[in-house]
Amino acid sequence: MALALLLAACGSAPKPEASLPPAHTDPATAGIVSGRVLFQGDAPKMPQIDMSSNPNCERQHHAPQYAETVVVNKNGTLRNVFVRIKDGLPKAQWPVPAKSAVLDQNGCVYEPHVLGIMEGQDLEIVNNDPVNHNVHAECQINAAWNESQPPRAEHKFKKFTAEEILFPVTCSVHPWMRSYIGVSAHPFFAVTGDDGSFSLKGVPPGTYTIEAVHEKYGRKEGKVTLAPSGTATIEFTYGS
Amino acid sequence: MVLAFCTLLLVVAGGLVTSRDAGLSVPDWPLSYGKLMPPMEGGILYEHGHRMVATTVGIFTIISMVWILRVEKRRWMRWLGVVALIAVIVQGVLGGLTVIYLLPWWISSSHAALAQLFFSTTVAIVMFTSDWWLRKPAVMTENPRFPIHGLSLAAALCVLGQLALGAAARHKAIGSIYHICGSPLVTGVVLWISLRILLHYAENRELRRGALTLIGVTFTQVFLGIAAFMSRIAYADAVQPMPLMVTFTVLHVAVGALTLAASVALAILVRRNAVTAT
Repeated sequence: MALALLLAACGSAPKPEASLPPAHTDPATAGIVSGRVLFQGDAPKMPQIDMSSNPNCERQHHAPQYAETVVVNKNGTLRNVFVRIKDGLPKAQWPVPAKSAVLDQNGCVYEPHVLGIMEGQDLEIVNNDPVNHNVHAECQINAAWNESQPPRAEHKFKKFTAEEILFPVTCSVHPWMRSYIGVSAHPFFAVTGDDGSFSLKGVPPGTYTIEAVHEKYGRKEGKVTLAPSGTATIEFTYGS
Repeated sequence: MVLAFCTLLLVVAGGLVTSRDAGLSVPDWPLSYGKLMPPMEGGILYEHGHRMVATTVGIFTIISMVWILRVEKRRWMRWLGVVALIAVIVQGVLGGLTVIYLLPWWISSSHAALAQLFFSTTVAIVMFTSDWWLRKPAVMTENPRFPIHGLSLAAALCVLGQLALGAAARHKAIGSIYHICGSPLVTGVVLWISLRILLHYAENRELRRGALTLIGVTFTQVFLGIAAFMSRIAYADAVQPMPLMVTFTVLHVAVGALTLAASVALAILVRRNAVTAT
């Protein structure tokens, strides 16, 4: 009994902060923080994924699949970098998007590879594969969980209650499957795509610390000052 | 004998689960995906396969205990049967808990270490229940200048400690460095007892064979440990467990179990075949 209680305590979710005042952003003065994440040096060659242990996965691809740990775009920028405002925002309760953030299992690969979500927002987990998956959220701050999802089963819905950037989501049935989730306390975050750019819109004027986080290369920070209705830009550079 | 062989297979199956990162591929327990037999795909093959071999070992352990309790007249032997049954039950519960609670290092490490101990227990049961054991042994008197009773026990304890460090490192409780640093110490103690027996008790065939077996498996184990470590370095950036790394690591786990069993067997032989001088 004592062991069960101890173990239950270890897996408990953090309590949300005491109620904060609702955030107020004046659309007339809100601006945009944008930028790019550059990559210097030779792009590392990613290992090819071997899906032969599960032919149902292998059959869904007509071209070799590679790990997405480091994806350097054609324009020399880095994909899958989570960018957010780290400091500078007023302590407030930001509105949670009604739309779910979707994590899809398709071809035994997670889509997207890096996903941003707000505290309290629904995470919708979809299995479009004809195979069983287990979805293991390896959180350190939020409560970790591991659940099975049979082929084309009902979508799963999960919420995270505390800011946590980034933690892996893995599938032990298919050990190459790995994605990362960043849980933000506010809506000012983005993940770089195939042009390496990001754009944080509707940001109130102020001076902010912007943080970029990459699963392999780690964290970088920079400061920007955003004038009313203005645009501030910042670039981050990673390298091998 | 069948129980001991199945237990070694179980150690291999457990090693495969960890090396293939398949420990959480079946999130529920005691059922698997709510069934007795889930589709054996990907990591489920290893995790559910491990559960199936474990069930078989559990059944064989129950049969062995019933047989021991019915046939055995030696009181200590009956107790050993009970201890084996309790150990296999605890082992099964630890295996289930580590899945439910997402592989906490202390449950996973305990599960791995108890597996090794349980295998040695089954080997000891094989020895104690064999016809060979019941025959009168060729007894030697222990040379007071070269005692082997305490040393053989120390060797078995050192091997157990080294396996526990290995289990803890494997489940990320500690760094591999502790297990690596322990290796020369354990190898030294094993060499010490084995060479002492070969140099001073070699005319006793059973002791000689026990010492040679222990040296053989220990050096195989050291080689496999180096190979497993090198393969992990070579595949540090791999996106999934690589076959060579899995093979060396699982063999290292299995031969680790054999090393502990050989050291326990030697300690038993020493107590049987070498009488302390009075």
